Amino acid sequence: MAEYTLKINGKSYTTNAPEDMPLLWVLRDLLELRGTKFGCGAGLCGACTVHLEGAAIRSCSFPVSAVGSQAITTIEGLSENGDHPLQKAWQEHGVPQCGYCQTGQIMNAAALLKQNPKPSETEVEKAMQGNLCRCGTYTRIKSAILSVSND
Amino acid sequence: MKYAKDNIQEIKADVFKPSRRDFLKAGSLLSGGLALGVSFWSCDSKGAKTALFEPNVYLTIGTDGIVTIMAHRTEMGQGIRTSLPLVLADELGADWEKVNIEQALADEKYGDQNTDGSYSIRMFYKPFREAGATARQMLVRAAAAKWKVNEDECSTAKSEVLHTASGKSISFGELVEDASKLEVPEASEIQLKAVEDFELIGKATPIVDGHNIASGKAVYGIDAAVEGMKIAVVKRCPVVGGSVVSFDAEKAKAIPGVLEVIEIKGPGLPATLSKPLSGVAVIAENTWAAIKGREALEVEWDLGPNATYDSDQQIAELKESVKKKGTDRRVRGNFTQAKASAKKVIEHTYVAPHLAHATMEPPAALAVVKDGKCEVWAPTQNPQGARDVLAEELGMEKGNITIHVTLLGGGFGRKSKPDFIVEAALLAKESGYPVKVTWTREDDIHHDYFHALSVQRVVATIDSQNKLSGWNHHIAYPSISATTDTSVLQPSVGEMMLGAIDFAYQVPAIQIETHDAKSHLRVGWLRSVRNIPQAYAICTMLDEVAEARGMDPVQNILDLLGEDQNLTFAEEITDGGYPNYGESIEDYPWETARMKAVIKKVAEDANWGRKLPSGSALGFAAHKSFLTYVACIVEVKVNGSSVEIPNVYYALDCGTGVNTDRIKSQFEGGAQFAASFALKSAITFKEGRVVQNNFDGYEIIRMPESPKNIHVHIMESTAKPTGVGEPPVPPFAPALANAIYAATGKRIYEMPMKW
Ligand code: FES
Ligand code: FES
Repeated sequence: MAEYTLKINGKSYTTNAPEDMPLLWVLRDLLELRGTKFGCGAGLCGACTVHLEGAAIRSCSFPVSAVGSQAITTIEGLSENGDHPLQKAWQEHGVPQCGYCQTGQIMNAAALLKQNPKPSETEVEKAMQGNLCRCGTYTRIKSAILSVSND
Repeated sequence: MKYAKDNIQEIKADVFKPSRRDFLKAGSLLSGGLALGVSFWSCDSKGAKTALFEPNVYLTIGTDGIVTIMAHRTEMGQGIRTSLPLVLADELGADWEKVNIEQALADEKYGDQNTDGSYSIRMFYKPFREAGATARQMLVRAAAAKWKVNEDECSTAKSEVLHTASGKSISFGELVEDASKLEVPEASEIQLKAVEDFELIGKATPIVDGHNIASGKAVYGIDAAVEGMKIAVVKRCPVVGGSVVSFDAEKAKAIPGVLEVIEIKGPGLPATLSKPLSGVAVIAENTWAAIKGREALEVEWDLGPNATYDSDQQIAELKESVKKKGTDRRVRGNFTQAKASAKKVIEHTYVAPHLAHATMEPPAALAVVKDGKCEVWAPTQNPQGARDVLAEELGMEKGNITIHVTLLGGGFGRKSKPDFIVEAALLAKESGYPVKVTWTREDDIHHDYFHALSVQRVVATIDSQNKLSGWNHHIAYPSISATTDTSVLQPSVGEMMLGAIDFAYQVPAIQIETHDAKSHLRVGWLRSVRNIPQAYAICTMLDEVAEARGMDPVQNILDLLGEDQNLTFAEEITDGGYPNYGESIEDYPWETARMKAVIKKVAEDANWGRKLPSGSALGFAAHKSFLTYVACIVEVKVNGSSVEIPNVYYALDCGTGVNTDRIKSQFEGGAQFAASFALKSAITFKEGRVVQNNFDGYEIIRMPESPKNIHVHIMESTAKPTGVGEPPVPPFAPALANAIYAATGKRIYEMPMKW
């Protein structure tokens, strides 16, 4: 067990956790930030995607001890009122079905656009391949991302 | 017992009461009035709540004008929290933007809440229209009395009653008190809106949860939390039917944060559709501690009689047994003669593996058991069923059990079983803590209620007139019914109804037979259920029949459907009847004209017959399920052993389309769901255990390989609405296989597909 002070969504949180505890469970269980989802616990589905210094990481496979002073952004902090261009596009395109995978999808897409504001269709597919959607919303995810990048 | 005579709804009814049938027997909502002793349509019983107008259990209007509509069905991605309330809102004339949607608790007063079988809209479209129209009429009556005008000069819109002649308007809120004093009109007095007056029905309405989902605020079962809550992770017996011999909790308890280690007794065999598996739970302060605690836990198992089960071996055995004479399930004419006089005989065996649901949200539920009461938050497809099972397991009156239905991170049939909810409740009772059980992905893949493997053999004969003269379909798979009765060895009528005994084509000799297939796992139902392997065998074989007849595959099917007619084949079914998804064939006939129409439409939309570059091709399949007519064309581009799917075309007839956007999204998702099992997914068992562990071994389709464009055409119709959650799934895989054949010349008889 050790004490960690984490920078999350521009705020500072202090918590006690074993060093091997994945960031996912720190967020969900210790800090009650439950917008980040558990899907596989093994880096295979992307449901747990958050940003570490703006880059997408799988929080289920990222131990809290490796965070250090790096800034974390979760879906709760992506925008003030859920109005990030991608969050708006997600609604305009009616992307979500059950919605469970979508916070991970949005976080992954936001990191992609930060890196590559005008991705091609193939680049979107490649960047999003780690994010599973069992409801099968892929075609709408893609058009939502492309609509934002074309704006 | 060889096979069960129940249909799919009755299988569930064995476990979960009240069944949909009981509900329907109680009469229509309006005329029956009573369902299980609770009035649906009461203006009394308001007591202190005189400030509310509650003309029925689905609707309240406050003096502030807020219209609240109950969502009593479970939301799992199909959009039902939006699509059913909008039906009521449309009839009422409510301002949809301001309607408040409230998720109902488990309660018989709402009628059937078992969200399954693609029947929410089918079952509740009319009652919800009537519920809205009744309230509208009462509000209009109150306004007309106030204004001293005729009721039929008044209408409603945007949560107001309007009198067009005088230009007067009054908000619903201002009418609440007067309307509450009125008698509820008789069914015969109720006037439903004319189709052309619909504001919401038949249009595309965004889901009400869109913003919450996109901003991470949506609450799923796994997100439920109460003060003092602990997390449980359970080590379950790796073989179905096994049990705990002993366990050593010491090392688990040494993990910081672990609080308790508790055994959960399983039912042994039959495994049942409701009880937890035998296992040992680790309760901890948080999920990670519970996971680590479980890793450290030592359990000795008695693996029971299924410990030698090998699914590959079962497939090999079934391939042999389907060659023999089976149990006749439907017979028309004389197949033996048809075969003897055939010019050509085509025969193939079709194999499909076990599948897991793999909902993105694994099973999870929170329970608090205190002072003789139980309160649960759970992602359940069947809230009343879960409550009944909990009452039994906890030895509690139903009235002391409250079930809050969260959003479901996917259901697909998995979350109609309450086993994980029972786990949470038993652990909460035993430990005294509020307990949330969380299944890891490995748990989910190892311990699902699986979609069972299937082996089917079809023999098709073509006569000297170049007609399809005989059809002999042999079917073997472990039955869902075996999960509650291990002596069941063959598919039930309900399973055979799902695209096998309803074989719709004009063939003089039909013989459909089933064979023994013992179940060694928990078999459940997965989105479209047995339609998956049955449609695969039929629709790929018919593609070969077309080729053998020298006909275009689409023309072949149109030809085989014959004249426009309503099919009746009930008397050919050996168990005396065709269940027709629980509806009478008079109310929901099998209309070949509607099937032909969707086929022609999809062929037109896909520009069937168009020239494509080498390696690319189109494939076609049509399949009716859950009373909805669907035709599908898949375009492929084959590169060696991989395939791209640039386009999928669907045309469907689901009667009245309520929310066109959600119908389309169900078809888009249905294609992707089917693409997963067609190309990727398989569960295998060795020594009684599931071999796959997570999304590396049990793969589902990912964006780069997924169908790129999915075009969905909804036929214009005013017929009674039918479901759309499951019907897109069955025809996709055979259409894909037929396309790959057209591109490569290779027929595919096994899923996941290889060529
Ligand atoms: S939960 Fe982290 S990748 Fe699946
Ligand atoms: S929307 Fe359900 S898993 Fe993606």
